[in-house]
Amino acid sequence: MKITVSGKEKEYSEGITIKQLIEAENVENPLYVTVTLNDEFIQSSEIETAVIKDGDSIEFLYFMGGGC
Amino acid sequence: MAFTNEQLERYSRHIILKDVGVKGQKKLLEGKVLIIGAGGLGAPAAMYLAAAGVGTIGIADADNVDLSNLQRQVIHTTPDIGKPKVESAKETMQAINPDVNVITYKEFIYSSNIMDIIRDYDFVLDGTDNFPAKFLINDACVMAKIPFCHAGIIRFEGQLMTWVPESDVPCYRCVFKEPPPKDAVPTCRQAGVIGAMAGIIGCLQAMEAIKYLTGAGELLTGKLLIYDALTNDFRKAKIPKDRNCGVCSDNPSITKLIDYEQAACELKK
Ligand SMILES: [Zn+2]
Repeated sequence: MKITVSGKEKEYSEGITIKQLIEAENVENPLYVTVTLNDEFIQSSEIETAVIKDGDSIEFLYFMGGGC
Repeated sequence: MAFTNEQLERYSRHIILKDVGVKGQKKLLEGKVLIIGAGGLGAPAAMYLAAAGVGTIGIADADNVDLSNLQRQVIHTTPDIGKPKVESAKETMQAINPDVNVITYKEFIYSSNIMDIIRDYDFVLDGTDNFPAKFLINDACVMAKIPFCHAGIIRFEGQLMTWVPESDVPCYRCVFKEPPPKDAVPTCRQAGVIGAMAGIIGCLQAMEAIKYLTGAGELLTGKLLIYDALTNDFRKAKIPKDRNCGVCSDNPSITKLIDYEQAACELKK
């Protein structure tokens, strides 16, 4: 299936969960990343269970604390 | 307020713009913007806002200029090392444009002083380098209903979002519930940052302030702009409003400002 991960179209197999996608995408500091699925927040309690479907769009939003 | 001939000439490239004009320039001259942090982000923002003729610019920072700042904090120069950053910034801003009234706050922001500092401003720029300050600025601006622009930078990446007091606009806390534990997420001191990144993102913050004051175009609300310099990607991720947000929801659980433990790159003392 085709999904959009942080704006880029990617090919993943059906049934993948958000947690599996986080691992496959090597997301840095996964505990501190905000995830949206089709522009809605995914709660941390849903990360293991939420299944991604064909055409879905996922964003990983990272903490960026610098400014100095 | 009538423009002097010198002002007409100084701001001629603004005045000729359909979306600014004499009216917009007047709004800039009457505008009040507070920049919290006279560092990487605050430096270009302060310089461009001063050049643009934003009439009152507040700048808050407790630090002195350090040699390691000069790779990106272009408002300070080598002879400024050791000087309070707010003083060095003020000198540069007034040299660029003597029209501008620069108000300095040589202090760190806490729950105890932030409300008094932000109160008189139309728009706030978050140019701080740590999460306790970023959450404090978000919460204070949401509570005081003062529009602000968040930004963060690290390595070759930057992010930016604007908040205004409208019911459907998400705040920083809608996206990030609370500060990460100390050392859980690297700071730019630990991970580094390209100086030009501060320039790009700080200028985008200045642009948000200018658009807010003049009313030109649309603000970066409901979106997080993410810039990756390595891939040249400028993207806007859509941000929903968290109806259970601790601070901007209808029934906020956070009603008092919080001083989180400081985990900043610059807070050495
Ligand atoms: Zn919120």
